[in-house]
This record gives sequence, structure tokens and C-alpha cells, in this order.
Amino acid sequence: MTARDLIPIGVLTVLAALLPLVVTSSPVLNFLVFMLIVALGAQGWNILGGFGGQFSFGHAAFFGTGAYVTAILQLRYGVNAWAGLVLAVAAGAAVGWVIGFLSFRSGLRGSYFALVTLAFAEVFRILANAASFTGGAAGLLIKLDVRAANLQFDDRAVFYWLVLAFVAAVLLLTRWIQRSRFGAQLVAVRENEDAAKALGVNSLTVKLRAIALSGGVTALSGCLYAQYFLYIDANIAYGSWISVELLLAPIIGGVGTVFGPVVGALTLHGLGEVAKQFAGRIPGIDLIVFGGVLVLAVAFARGGILGLLERLSDRGRGMVTRGPKEVSHAGR
Amino acid sequence: MYSPQIILEAALNGLMTGAVYALIALGLTLIYGVLHIINFAHGALLTCAMFAVWIAWAALGMDPYLAILPLVPLMFVLGYGLQRFVIGPASHGDDGNILLVTLGLSIVLENVLLAVFQSDTRTLDTDYSFQVVALGPLLLSYPRLIGLGVAVVVTGLLWLVLNRTDTGKAIRAVAKEKLGANLVGIDVPHVYAVTFGLGCACLAVAAGLLMPTFYVNPRIGGAFVLVAFTVVVLGGMGSLPGALLGGLFIGVVESLCGLFLGDSLGQIGIFLIFIAVLLVRPTGLFGAKA
Repeated sequence: MTARDLIPIGVLTVLAALLPLVVTSSPVLNFLVFMLIVALGAQGWNILGGFGGQFSFGHAAFFGTGAYVTAILQLRYGVNAWAGLVLAVAAGAAVGWVIGFLSFRSGLRGSYFALVTLAFAEVFRILANAASFTGGAAGLLIKLDVRAANLQFDDRAVFYWLVLAFVAAVLLLTRWIQRSRFGAQLVAVRENEDAAKALGVNSLTVKLRAIALSGGVTALSGCLYAQYFLYIDANIAYGSWISVELLLAPIIGGVGTVFGPVVGALTLHGLGEVAKQFAGRIPGIDLIVFGGVLVLAVAFARGGILGLLERLSDRGRGMVTRGPKEVSHAGR
Repeated sequence: MYSPQIILEAALNGLMTGAVYALIALGLTLIYGVLHIINFAHGALLTCAMFAVWIAWAALGMDPYLAILPLVPLMFVLGYGLQRFVIGPASHGDDGNILLVTLGLSIVLENVLLAVFQSDTRTLDTDYSFQVVALGPLLLSYPRLIGLGVAVVVTGLLWLVLNRTDTGKAIRAVAKEKLGANLVGIDVPHVYAVTFGLGCACLAVAAGLLMPTFYVNPRIGGAFVLVAFTVVVLGGMGSLPGALLGGLFIGVVESLCGLFLGDSLGQIGIFLIFIAVLLVRPTGLFGAKA
């Protein structure tokens, strides 16, 4: 990685870190924290779906695992929340590896992979909803006990900075993947798996590494969700909506790009809030916007917002306009 | 322990629920077989059809079975239009895109219904909702029995359309070889849209059969569509008889799992079968072609 890779990430992180000094209202900070948690989970999705081309429709399996592992460790075994966080990430990576091992070894890809991940998430949801170990349908409530060891802080801004730090770390990780040999192999598998194999890429190993990383990052976001909102149940943690949300953000922002998931999460939730302000009490209005934006993005901006911006700036410089297919694969 | 009679009754009830699953899966598998896409909007479209049946009953006093007759062409037109003017143009012919467009559509449809009807659960009652038919010592629900009969008839009709009409021939030609079909003068986008319309028309029938004994709310489709995916995969993607048999089988599995494991775990059997089939034999138990 060169300075050119690091500077944009550094500058944006510092700018975002200054926000709580300007904005102090709790609802706004809550919104920002939630948005960043979604962005973090979406970054996890993007490693597998964006760079690896394996579209998962069940990332809730990892998000929920992160949330439940941290909550159960803390509530039932009194494990320190930071240690719980590390274990949650490990559990997410392990679940990712197992799901990946089962499905990739059977050669599932495309729609079939999407369906099998969806089914795994549903199995987790039903189990978590039925088992007494996970609190059943009543869910789990983490006790309010404001101590840094519990990942609970007096000031919401501290948690915001914590999540932001993780998002920045994953931005760096993603940039590293993009520049590394592993990332090149992953993209090769996405573009043409048979050709990659013919060139000596072990596609199973590459995809397994990607899904484990992806599962770990998404589990981290689930863990932070549980620690911030202090309540989870099966439908929140393993519900199909979180799977959809984690996939929407990278698709809208720019799939397979470093900043795409963050841009997408910010855009979607920003638009959702605006829609709520305008439409008032109509239930589901923000989700109507989400769905509409998804259809429009697929129809008119295959590379997401970042792809669109790139095409505009290319045109501005008088360069030949690239096709949508190429734009979506451009490294950004 | 459960007496054999209870188990048999549960299995037969499951068989009849499975008939409706089969109808839903029939549309899904038809669309998959021809367009090679997984239609994520299928559940939301089913919800639309169920609300239409409910409105016909609440506003016009129409019997839900009778409401199927006008609803079938309506759903066909809706499906035709969606594929022709939204899904087709928006997805640029890429499979991943189609998945995403249908997902986006389902989110929009579901939440428009939520905005209009709120999240209340609605039911309708008919004289025959709770009527039972005695078959020896077994008591079978009358509306479900009708569902089973209609599902078999509709599968037969669909099979006839595909195998005995020119449109059906065109559909099969496109399914096998899109480019070749285009070369001999078949209008491929039109055939795609017709197929999508037929898939949606199946949902109209399913909705009419469901409403006498079931309820509707804006989120109800999601529960059915996951089961329908299972049925489609189990029956072999694109196979009509596979969808019928798969639907009946899944209905029985769900009913028996519910009996032995309790309601909250009842559906887990379905998903475990789903995962197992995908991992071990993705062509399905009844599907012959790869």
C-alpha cells in the first residue's frame, strides 16, 4: 500500500471523528452509530460479495452470531466485553468458514449460493428463537452498567469513535486486500473461476479465506450492535432484513470498491430519514425508498454511486466513457 | 406417544397444505425454468394477490374461490408488465442483476402494502372455512381438500399449455436455447413476459385457495416464498411435476415436524432438507437435467 492508498482513508476518518464535536444531539448520534454499524457489516459483505463475487443473501447468520456470542458470553459467563468482542469475531469467522466449506465444496455459486446462505440464516433464526440458551423469543437484554470494560460509556460519542475506528480499520483491511496477491486471486475467481483455476489459483482456499474474513467483520458489527442497543432477539439478529440491508449498502454505494459500503449505508439511511421527515407517519416509507433506489441503481448505475461518479469525472476529462461492466470492476 | 390416527391426520393435512405450496412453487419453478432467474418478488406478489382476494370479499362480498376467476388474468397482466417493463430492461440480462431487481421490487411492494393496509392481520370468513369431511375415522378440512384438487388440476392445465399449444412450444424453445429461438422468429422478451405472467397467475389461484383458512398481512409472503424455494430446489429447478411432488412432500414434512417438535421448531425440518438438497444434489430429487 502506498501513501495514496492511505491518505483518503485517514482524511475521511479524521473528518468523521470531528463530527461529535459539532453535533451533540442524541438522536443524530444514534443515527450515525447505527449507520456506521450497518456500514461495518456491509464492508464484511463486500469482501465476499464485492471482491469475491459470491452474493450472500444470508449475512444475518454472521451478524447474529456476533451479537449472540457477545451477549451470551457476557450474561451467562461474565466474560469481559472486549474479550467477548474478540471471541464474537472468531465465532463469525468460524461460522463463515463452515458455511463456505459446505457450500463451496459442493460447487454452489450464483443463485444457488444466495439461496443456501438464506437458508442457513433462517435455520439460525429458528434455533435462536426456540432455544432457552439464547433467551428464546423474549431475546436477551444486556444489563446497563456503564463501565469501559463493558463497552458502555457515559458519552455516546465515545461509542461512535469506537465504531468509526473499526470502520476505518476495515477500510484499511479492504484496501490491503485489493492490493494484495490474495485480492487479485479473489477478483480472478469472481471474473472467471475456471480461468483462475487454470492459472493455478486454488479457488476453494481463496473463497474460504474471503468468507471467513467476511463473516468475522460482519460478526464484529453484530457484536457492536448488541453492545450499543443492549437488546437482541432472533428476528433482529438473524432476521432476513439485516441480510438485505448488508447487501443493499455495497450494491448502492459501489460493489467491490473500498468505500462503496460506507457510501451506500450513508446514502440509504440518509434518504430513509429524509423520506420519514417528508412522509411523516406512513409505515415502511424508508423501506420503499430503499427498494426503489436498489432497482434504479441496478438499472442505471451498475457500479453504484462511486461507479457513477467515476463515469461522470471521466466524461468531464474528455475520456472515453467506459461501459457499466468495466466501471463496476474499477478499483476504488 | 402419538396414535397412528393423529399422525395420519397430520400427514394428510400436511399433504393438503403442501398442495398450496406446490401452486406457489409452480409459478416460481416455471419462471426459473425459462428465465433462469430466482424471482425474489414472488412472495410479495403472492401477498398482493391475497390482499386482492380479501378486498374482493370485503368490498364486493365475492367468494374467495370465485375471486380467482377475475384475479388470474389480472395477475397475469401484472406479471407480464413487470417483466416486460421493469425487470427485463432494468437488469440488462445479467442474472445477478435480476436477483437484485426482484429483491428491490419485493421490498417496494411489501412496504407499499404496509403503508396502505398497516401491519394488521386480516381474515375473511366463509360458510365452509371450518367445514370438515369425514373419511372413515379421519376428519379432513373441506377447503384444504379443494386446494389439493385445484392444485392438481392447475398443474395439469399448465402442463397442457406448455406441451400442447404454440405458446407453450415457444416457451420451451426459449427455455432450451434462447438464441436459437430468437433466430427462428420467436419474440424472446414477449415469451419471457408471458412466462412471468403465467407464474403470477399461479399465485392468484394460490391466494384464492389460501384465504378461506389463512390470514393476510403485508409480510405474509416471505414465509411462503422461502418454503416455495425449498420446493423448487427439491423438485428440480424448472420441473413442473417436481414442484407438485416437492410441494406435497414439504407440506407433510412441515406438518409432521410441527407435530413432533412443536410449532416454533416445525419449519426447521424444511430448511435442513433445503440445505441438504442444495449441498448434496442441487439438481433436485426429481430433476433429471443438470
